[in-house]
Amino acid sequence: MRRFAELYAAIDESTRTTVKVTAMVEYFRIAPAADAAWAVAFLIGRKPRQVVPSRLLREWAAEAAAVPQWLFEESYHAVGDLAETIALLLPMGDTADRLDMCLARWVEDRLLPLADLDEPDKKRSLLESWRALEPLERFVWNKLITGAFRVGVSQSLVTRALADIAGLDPALIAHRLMGHWRPSASFFQDLVSSEARKTDPSRLYPFCLAYPMETSVEELGDPADWAAEWKWDGIRAQLIRRGGQTHIWTRGEELVTERYPDLHKSAEMLPDGTVIDGELLPWNFADDAPLPFAQLQKRIGRKNLSKKILADVPVVVVAYDLLEADGKDLRDSPFDERRKALADLLNRQWLADRLRLSPEVSFSEWKELATIRADSRQRMCEGLMLKRRESPYRVGRRRGDWWKWKVEPLTMDCVLTMAQRGSGRRASLYTDYTFAVWDEPGGSLLTIAKAYSGLTDAEIAVIDAFVKRNTTDKFGPVRAVKPEIVMELAFEAIQLSPRHKSGIAVRFPRIVRIRSDKKPEDADTLDRLKALLASTPKPFADEIEP
Amino acid sequence: MTDHGFYCPPGDFFVDPWRPVDRAVITHAHADHARWGHRRYLTSTEGSEVLRARMRPDARIDTLAYGRSIDVNAVRVSLHPAGHVLGSAQVRIEHKGQVAVVSGDYKVEPDGVCSPFEPVRCHLFVSESTFALPIYRWKPQHVVFGEINAWWSANKAKGLASVLLAYSLGKSQRLLSGLDTSIGPIYVHGAVEPINAAHRRSGVILPETTYVMETLKVAKEKGSKIDWSSAMILAPPSAVGTPWMRRFQPFSAAFVSGWMTIRGTRRRQALDKGFVLSDHADWPGLLSAIDATEAEEVWLTHGYSSVLARYLNDTGISARSVDTRFAGESDVSDAAGDSTEIVEDSDSTAESDSP
Repeated sequence: MRRFAELYAAIDESTRTTVKVTAMVEYFRIAPAADAAWAVAFLIGRKPRQVVPSRLLREWAAEAAAVPQWLFEESYHAVGDLAETIALLLPMGDTADRLDMCLARWVEDRLLPLADLDEPDKKRSLLESWRALEPLERFVWNKLITGAFRVGVSQSLVTRALADIAGLDPALIAHRLMGHWRPSASFFQDLVSSEARKTDPSRLYPFCLAYPMETSVEELGDPADWAAEWKWDGIRAQLIRRGGQTHIWTRGEELVTERYPDLHKSAEMLPDGTVIDGELLPWNFADDAPLPFAQLQKRIGRKNLSKKILADVPVVVVAYDLLEADGKDLRDSPFDERRKALADLLNRQWLADRLRLSPEVSFSEWKELATIRADSRQRMCEGLMLKRRESPYRVGRRRGDWWKWKVEPLTMDCVLTMAQRGSGRRASLYTDYTFAVWDEPGGSLLTIAKAYSGLTDAEIAVIDAFVKRNTTDKFGPVRAVKPEIVMELAFEAIQLSPRHKSGIAVRFPRIVRIRSDKKPEDADTLDRLKALLASTPKPFADEIEP
Repeated sequence: MTDHGFYCPPGDFFVDPWRPVDRAVITHAHADHARWGHRRYLTSTEGSEVLRARMRPDARIDTLAYGRSIDVNAVRVSLHPAGHVLGSAQVRIEHKGQVAVVSGDYKVEPDGVCSPFEPVRCHLFVSESTFALPIYRWKPQHVVFGEINAWWSANKAKGLASVLLAYSLGKSQRLLSGLDTSIGPIYVHGAVEPINAAHRRSGVILPETTYVMETLKVAKEKGSKIDWSSAMILAPPSAVGTPWMRRFQPFSAAFVSGWMTIRGTRRRQALDKGFVLSDHADWPGLLSAIDATEAEEVWLTHGYSSVLARYLNDTGISARSVDTRFAGESDVSDAAGDSTEIVEDSDSTAESDSP
């Protein structure tokens, strides 16, 4: 556990990727295989769920630290992180209680069983663990038990470190890390083994991801080298048909096969050994066009999929790549070839219902494509995707072959009405904001969006100071503030939403800038947003009532 | 308590006033306690050189040895070591059998540079509360020095210079006393240099240090290039991001402060490392110091004063929070990052030596 805690600290302290990778390589070299397997799982974000409720943790930690509850809370406010507050408050451990167990033992013998213990046993086990650990270990341990474990490495950095010790291609490691697996010594040994192993038939391929187009498209060169498609606003998914079974994975590596029974029939018609990459979309068959994404969100939120919701929000997979055919990995063949094989596969009449080919947008000049792109919102798309015809299907986000060329976002000027402290690096600063617009000029403010990103550290400091001086009310961690500050927010789409008091929901809101030149009364009104709504197709009058 | 600072009516003098007054008793030479423009200053004998280094050359400074008392009008005044920085004093004021002690800033761990803190029995104790939360518990300084020296050695092995950011008065000299000079040469910033000199004049033995600008001048004359790769460089936090600091590249930089206890604060510094070492008392230090005074009443200044007041009241000691203009007073409870130490050092680097 100490080694893992030290690895955490080394990664956490540095902003340099080389330092982080070196620290991981050193760890993986010396850690027992079972430890290394758990470490990989935690580092790539497969953290355990919270096993002890925060309320109990606070209570027990205050008791163990012999501080009154109010003083615990004061300390928590200064630190801004529960796991860290507890680690800082607990008394220094007695060497007699010290337990130097390896990470796998801590996880398997202590952490996982915690979930099933009743409250008194949970408490006993937890207090014993705290006594047995050193301060740094306690912090990491608390992060694990609160389900909040996060550390500053990307999956690709972890992959790079593993590839380094295994002497293998990072793409192979990335593939082996996909899908469901249980951390164990044998898993780790297989992960870094040079021999090919028997693979799990549900294993997905790492998704190829695109960078946003930030320069002029002209710089991409000859248009003939590029294929264009619509950028769909749905859920990126991989549809796998192997060994007579269907597996549907999302980009977040969630297995969602059971949630989309309406895709199963079409999937069953695929030949064995087929893997399709595409977008899962709610579909309007009458218009042969997507439904707004909000409809799909509604369906995702359901525990039970009623006949009605399946009929009201049917889904399709709009396919744009073929990664495996007849059990053969196609990722190294050029995009054009893969696309042709995909078209051949899908053009068979019997698949057309729920599995559809994402049409190629033909163009001969960049200027022409720019005109077509302007139609994206009308088509319920976010813009265009540009893919180099020659390119292989790469692992992860790589610059050069795939570009997303989104339409300009919509923007609105909103008033800051509430703020909440952030966490991690932003702990103890007010960084999470709620925004409102006017219901009518001179009227009252209606909450329209929450946004967290877009400001610089210096701007955050200014807003933080404003919030502290201008608090009008407190609701738990949230502070209501005087409506004085106006910020410009960008968002991708605007939709009607009966769940919001304003009746409107915006998608992907983020802060563009602080409008210090504007007074709160200059912020936008609901009418202006409704006008934006009208300019996008399909006002969703056909909202399905829950 | 007045809008000029702590005032003693029967003695007609102030302690650490923040506006110009006639007679000022100074607890220590940090900028938020020792300001310019008073007609007369009284400080400890131990602290006279550092105070002189910080005040105008014509400032009238009287000194008093620790433990010796003088009568000022109707009150008896004596100074007692506060253990904060060289010359730091608690001011004991006795009038008609009632004793008040204004402690200024203090720490209870002896640091080997200044006289260690001595508890003074009193009726009223005025205490700081900069780090008055139980999350603040310092490691013994030899442990922290060990961490710093290990970091220096590791940097040297990678060919990196080590830049240690700390207050120029007090913290820097304390660090110097703990650095392992066998690792490499030690250089100092222009804000640290005169304070080192004042320490040496006061009889404090510090390892050999070289003033960065001096070295540069010599190198320029000789036309040679300086290799900083095994060096330790001491500078105030305000040096971060300046051209002065960039010349040491490649380097690793670390900030030394009690605030480095909190991970978020450490990360916000955007430096490579944060070492936890403070010249203020930690939570157990504050409690033990207050307890040792046997005071009936405690006034708390700058820091988490209301937290400590509530805690003391709950344990049967009458305590209240007092507003002062000592640094850190402004909303520290909301933003632990607004450190006393940073504020203080932005003052002290007026004589910055960047070209």
